[in-house]
Amino acid sequence: MNREETLEGIKDKFKDDIIEVFDKSATRVYIEIKPEALVRVANYAFYDLEARFGIASGVDTREHIEILYHFIQEEVNLIISLRVKLPKDKPEIDSLAPSFEAANWIEREIHELLGVNFRGHPDLRRLLLPDAWPQGVYPLRRDYKEWDKKAIRDRGV
Amino acid sequence: MAKTIVPIGPYHPLQEEPEFFTLTVDGEKIIDIDVRVGYNHRGIEKLSESKTFDQSTFVIERICGICSTSHPFAYTRAVEDIIPMEVPERAKFIRTIIAEGERIHSHLLWLGLAGHFLGYNTVYMWAWKLREEILDAMEILSGNRQNYAMFKPGGVRRDIKAEDIPVVLKKIDSIIPTAVMLKKAVIDDPVLHARTKGVGILTKENAINYSALGPTARASGVARDLRKNCPYGAYDRMEWDMIVTENGDVFDKVVVRVLELFESIKIIKWCLNNLPKGEIDAKIKDIPPGEGIGHIEAPRGETFHYVRSDGTNRPARHKVRAPTFMNLPTYKATILGQTLSDATIILAAIDPCYCCTERVAVRNIKGKKLLHGEDLVRMSQQKTELLRKKMGVK
Repeated sequence: MNREETLEGIKDKFKDDIIEVFDKSATRVYIEIKPEALVRVANYAFYDLEARFGIASGVDTREHIEILYHFIQEEVNLIISLRVKLPKDKPEIDSLAPSFEAANWIEREIHELLGVNFRGHPDLRRLLLPDAWPQGVYPLRRDYKEWDKKAIRDRGV
Repeated sequence: MAKTIVPIGPYHPLQEEPEFFTLTVDGEKIIDIDVRVGYNHRGIEKLSESKTFDQSTFVIERICGICSTSHPFAYTRAVEDIIPMEVPERAKFIRTIIAEGERIHSHLLWLGLAGHFLGYNTVYMWAWKLREEILDAMEILSGNRQNYAMFKPGGVRRDIKAEDIPVVLKKIDSIIPTAVMLKKAVIDDPVLHARTKGVGILTKENAINYSALGPTARASGVARDLRKNCPYGAYDRMEWDMIVTENGDVFDKVVVRVLELFESIKIIKWCLNNLPKGEIDAKIKDIPPGEGIGHIEAPRGETFHYVRSDGTNRPARHKVRAPTFMNLPTYKATILGQTLSDATIILAAIDPCYCCTERVAVRNIKGKKLLHGEDLVRMSQQKTELLRKKMGVK
């Protein structure tokens, strides 16, 4: 399967779920999808296209919480990044961890650093932050005030 | 028999890095494992957002003492991917040479530690002695034994001088006989076979399910190597082999790493012999808004960087994914059902990242005194004699 067939395949199969396709360069494609379609598109990439799950990266863009799921198809030298935009007041999305183990840890990380709730994740414990870190304080959010050490201490660190 | 919990860490008696394993054992057999990380969480992704694109290169070089090239390499590729642009030919070759030098010393470091964990200290001594030679060669090329500071977005910071090339080539040639001896000592050793064959098997299905990377995946028959499949740098110019084995046990992980040493030597020699002339820096003026992904094959697997720019001179978001992040969870697949005595080597088999940058050769420039390996051996013998007398041991 080459690059064009791969992309046509995704566009054709998920035409109702895709919001925007950004064909950046020969080896990079960014596809924005509806959040509710994530699991089926990701499963298609992982199992049908046999792409490796590289990582997910979350970012607070002020308007949304945006998560990019990077799938790397080494055989065609292509990185497909699935983009989902979640509302800031209640960021929630279905977990990929039940589909494949590779997504387990990164969802735990995004959960604690950006405060995204992954529905159906088998084990959403903390990964990197200490146990004493206050609940509901997310260090990668834009409104996190790292200089306000006292406020964090007052919450019980 | 009742279940027992064996905690290991977070201060490990052997490993430098803080990690916490909770092994649940039934007699000798391990029936569950839980891994806790985060004892060394430094918030570098956040820190990087407050540095300029050029400064970030140095911050992320300090993520790891061993992968000190792979992070800047992936990061600079991510920044170049935002524009997008290609770096000059000569810079590509220099980057490849540095990255492969790092792979050799990293694999040797792991091989030594693996020998040490198994109680096979001869391998440990030989591997680390060999590693010294490579570190010396890297010092000639970059000025540093670790944290080479060679990378910048758009190219490299330091050129390789023509007069240094024969010296480095000679140094690399000089280690080949020892490396061949080490290969035989490791691959043909019956004790090593007994300790590592069939131990801690990662099946191909699990390697794919966990998206394992690098030698950990290649030892399980997953033929994935970015240098071959998604070529970058100068890797597509020369002939070299991707090492893939089928069994997925600790022994195969050793074999993959030992054989990769020789491929890396091949790549470095070819690059040094065919180094093209020209610029080493494309001199990036400014970075437009956008996002970029850079990934390279580090010694432990794919290092992945995602950088987003909003048009200022600082990254708006910088995501770093080191290979161990994907390889660590495979413990759940490899360690269950194994015995407790094999746990150390299984936990070490994915080559979790250690930081170790101590110098061994002592140099005193002022007094014009230079200590060589033999001097150090003699000094250590004298010290032992002294201790013996002091403690009254014959």
